Amino acid sequence: MISLTWQWLTDPATWTGPGGILAQSVTHLRISVIALALAALVAVPVGLFIGHTGRGRWLAINVAGAFRAIPSLGVLFVATLILLPRLSGDLAFELPVILVLVLLAVPPVLSGTYAGVEAVDPAARDAARGVGMTESQILWQVEVPAALPLVLSGLRSAMLQIIATATIAAIVGIGGLGRYLIDGQASRQYEVMAGGAIVVAALALLVDLVMAGIQRVVVSRGLVEARAG
Amino acid sequence: MIRFEGVTKRYADGVTAVDDLSLEVPQGGITVFVGPSGCGKTTSLRMINRMVEPTEGRILINDQDVAARKPAQLRRSIGYVIQHAGLFPHRTVLKNVMTVPRLIGWDQARARSAAMEAIEKVGLTADQAERYPAQLSGGQQQRVGVARALASDPEVVLMDEPFSAVDPLVRMDLQAEVRRLQRELGITVVLVTHDIDEAIGLGDHVAVLRQGGRLAQLATPGELLREPADDFVASFVGKDRGYRKLGFTGADLDPAPEQTVRLGEDVPTGRGWVLAVGEGGEPLGWVDRHTSGGPVGEDELHRMGSLAEVGDSARVFLDAALSAPSRRGVVVQDGRVIGTVSAQQVVDSLERT
Repeated sequence: MISLTWQWLTDPATWTGPGGILAQSVTHLRISVIALALAALVAVPVGLFIGHTGRGRWLAINVAGAFRAIPSLGVLFVATLILLPRLSGDLAFELPVILVLVLLAVPPVLSGTYAGVEAVDPAARDAARGVGMTESQILWQVEVPAALPLVLSGLRSAMLQIIATATIAAIVGIGGLGRYLIDGQASRQYEVMAGGAIVVAALALLVDLVMAGIQRVVVSRGLVEARAG
Repeated sequence: MIRFEGVTKRYADGVTAVDDLSLEVPQGGITVFVGPSGCGKTTSLRMINRMVEPTEGRILINDQDVAARKPAQLRRSIGYVIQHAGLFPHRTVLKNVMTVPRLIGWDQARARSAAMEAIEKVGLTADQAERYPAQLSGGQQQRVGVARALASDPEVVLMDEPFSAVDPLVRMDLQAEVRRLQRELGITVVLVTHDIDEAIGLGDHVAVLRQGGRLAQLATPGELLREPADDFVASFVGKDRGYRKLGFTGADLDPAPEQTVRLGEDVPTGRGWVLAVGEGGEPLGWVDRHTSGGPVGEDELHRMGSLAEVGDSARVFLDAALSAPSRRGVVVQDGRVIGTVSAQQVVDSLERT
């Protein structure tokens, strides 16, 4: 079994071509990045608002909790059934998948953002106001930069979940690394299933590594020093 | 000059933080708002730069109502220092201090040089300017807080309990620093503290507020100690105000000549203590003639008491006398010994005044 998986993974034919790992990874990543971007588009502004004003904290806590309880597969089927007759082409299948992934990613991004802003030292916020910053200057020049570590870790954990879950796209017939899991099972090629799972995990790790690198670059050294003591 | 005219702050829950406060903060110098917790001193301070809006009355800076200016604009023209410094953790010291110059639209180069100047003024180095707040001690952070308030040369600087969070030694340093900066720059400082010693030691004028936000007395520290307006002020100023008053009383004294010996010279014969001095006549320590003979070595010196400078207050002279092992307080002028005074002389001089 292990040697079969190894054989499959090391066979150049597995990697290249239209159905190869490289092509499927690109599809997988494309869907994941779109989902993360959409989730961030919704959750980051809401998180900033809640963190800055202190209003609507219940929303962050309750909605985020409720979203976490949503079964991805169930939503996928419902969304597909509703959207399929109304849309055409690949979009009809991709949109439900992206919707599921966005719902999955909103809670970690939202709570990371609002917790990050809320954790900003009250003295720094008071000083910012006292030296004459406007509300939006306080937000963009003090709260957001100081909250960045937590915002980014929210995005990273959302991305890990998205990549792992994006495999369900294969169920509704579109591409991505989930193909190997679904097709492998259908044809009883377990080495393909195992190999596919390994590739998904590797992709998740790789993307997380890249995001960690970005985090190192964009987060102020002053905040890293603060945590190191 | 800052003028409070019938200023009242009542909160929605009915609590009156400041009650019909009218006072004038004179131009230049340090004016301290002091009082027990709940006396509205911080609220009063924060109404000057509209961090808190008064319910009634108005506050004028140079005859201009602060309510007529946009809060952010107003605040940029007033220095602001708070208890825990409130530095921006993601910005270097330099960038923190550049904040206000940048907000008022100075270009990068001008803001930078103004910030560097302010950083040097508060006693920090160019090397420290490149660090982040988390890499500095509490006292250094507070210096940065002061530098940030001074960078755009404001006429008025507000300080809310600026030294409460640092340890006593650092606090004394910072107090002296603020004192010096105020004198050097001629700015008007309004400072809030709950510590009456700090108020008396640092303030040119002290406003004592009582619970419920009412002004009990506004006076110079000397007046406050000599003539407290009522029982509340008297008890707040403290039990030992008679002694502390000495800090604001001049001493009219004639120091008695003192026999001195230079290091390496033979100790003159006799009894009691001899004052050892250096080449330039600067005091070094006391030598006990009981235990010493022959040339005076450095290891034979007993520690000096505190020194009094000509023109110091009676308190300094008295302390010099009491802290010297010989009970004779050393008086110096330009670093050279000119004689000594006894505690009796100081007390006698107080009797005469």
